[in-house]
Amino acid sequence: MNNENKIATRQSYGEALADLGEKNENIIVLDADLSNATKTNIFAKKYPNRFINVGIAEQNLLGIAAGISTYGKIPYVSTFAVFAAGRAYEQIRNSICYPNLNVKICATHAGVTVGEDGATHQMLEDLSLMRTLPNMIVISPSDDTQTRWVIEEISKIKSSVYVRLARLATPIIYDKKQKFEIGKGIQHGNGTDATIFATGVAVSEALKAKEELAKQNINVRVVDIFTIKPIDKELIIKCAKETKRIITVEDHSVIGGLGSSICEVLSESYPVKVERMGIEDTFGKSGKAEELLKYFKIDKDAIIEKLLS
Amino acid sequence: MKITKIEALENIANEIRVDIIEQVYNAQSGHPGGSLSCADILTVLYFNQMNIDPKRPNAKERDRFVLSKGHCCPALYATLAEKGYFSKELLKDFRKLESNLQGHPDINKVPGVDMTTGSLGQGLSVSVGMAISSKMERAGCRIYCLLGDGEIEEGQIWEAAMSASKNKLDNLCAILDYNGLQIDGTVEDVGGLTDVKEKFASFGFNVIEVDGHNIESLINAFNITKQKKGMPSIIIANTIKGKGVSFMENEVSWHGKAPNEEQYKQAISELKLKHFTN
Repeated sequence: MNNENKIATRQSYGEALADLGEKNENIIVLDADLSNATKTNIFAKKYPNRFINVGIAEQNLLGIAAGISTYGKIPYVSTFAVFAAGRAYEQIRNSICYPNLNVKICATHAGVTVGEDGATHQMLEDLSLMRTLPNMIVISPSDDTQTRWVIEEISKIKSSVYVRLARLATPIIYDKKQKFEIGKGIQHGNGTDATIFATGVAVSEALKAKEELAKQNINVRVVDIFTIKPIDKELIIKCAKETKRIITVEDHSVIGGLGSSICEVLSESYPVKVERMGIEDTFGKSGKAEELLKYFKIDKDAIIEKLLS
Repeated sequence: MKITKIEALENIANEIRVDIIEQVYNAQSGHPGGSLSCADILTVLYFNQMNIDPKRPNAKERDRFVLSKGHCCPALYATLAEKGYFSKELLKDFRKLESNLQGHPDINKVPGVDMTTGSLGQGLSVSVGMAISSKMERAGCRIYCLLGDGEIEEGQIWEAAMSASKNKLDNLCAILDYNGLQIDGTVEDVGGLTDVKEKFASFGFNVIEVDGHNIESLINAFNITKQKKGMPSIIIANTIKGKGVSFMENEVSWHGKAPNEEQYKQAISELKLKHFTN
């Protein structure tokens, strides 16, 4: 992991999307007046004829994307996570997932790491809302390399996909040779003292904690669950069998997201105690992203403290 | 093949009305009122206006129809069966377990259904997406979207209307089934819906008002919309909820209720009588 070189997954998304536009003429990008923040503006500048700005109208945004997909085109739709998964939830349900249309929803500004904008804009329930929808694949990338791979890979899959992207710049975890597969977690290390399952911005925090804990002779493994659905049951059960503790970390409500997903798998197949770290059934608040990670106890220090307890 | 004789189209509309009653009666469930009010509109679209071929329901260059008021699918199913997309026999299974004719239309289950609908307010946005795509591909398709009047109380309709106008979607034609009634009463009383023509005009639509049960007027209106360039059109079709069945006409209670055996027999006999007198 490169702690010096940081980039937000929204930025990786914007750049990858513009690259993808060159390779695939069927890519159409839609935004709702947030293209500067979601980074779809990079694509918009390059391919203005394949970019549609609908204005501040997220329900319409998802509906238009559904219509475009019926013509065999591949719409990538962006807005903030709270407006995509939240405001337009029912449009996603009834006009995209139920008819099984090929729409890619790439929602940025997920989690408390949105920062200063505060609770109204910090989406903490999107993984929960999106993963209950049939015909939906849910992805929560952890770094630049992975995000770029995901953005191209999902264009090859005929399914609706929800991609959860972050505003906060985080370390680059993977080098370009890293192999990814949708539905497969990535295991870092073979420590047996604990498994830390993490997703999104929490993965780099977990990896930092892993390094520091190793100095104190506590050997943990970190598993990057970047596909929330379909989830990697096999790897989750294997890690539960091989390690003494199971901890989950996410910049999302502890209800319905990664922690709940891990609990569902283990309670059915290999019941063990699961300790969930995330936002505890509350709304976010204003502050600097790093301060909020600490405040809500999902940063490196909180993970270390948990392991030492 | 286009049917141009008014009497022939009126007979088809009547046949569709019979099949609407049959479906709702067999299912003992469904929405007869709003289905009957749009039967003439669907007849004109599918038998006189749209570029479609039941043998090639997925042809890329076909015109599209989105039934945004999806609960009125008995009218759509009857129309599609009449047009030859599938056997009329299937209408008997409407709303039954394992039937492809679901309570609201499903794009993946029924040939000829261009979009899954049912949740009100969403069809116009989808139609805008289709119209934009057709323009991008220079496919030359026209996109038709049938809206309920109660339905346009949904805010998303006006988001979509703004987009249609901004994108100059002259290949998009919405039709408002303006029967004046919604579940809880009149559209004026329940949602405060008034000045429909002015509303759509101010959103940049070419607005045409017609008698939604006059086949000739409907044909003329659709023909006018094809000539209009640079803006989307909407046909405000003044209709009667429950049209064609005396005891259902303008009766809000028939929004979503099935007839009993006696009512069914009366409805069918009234409609059959009309057919012969045409």
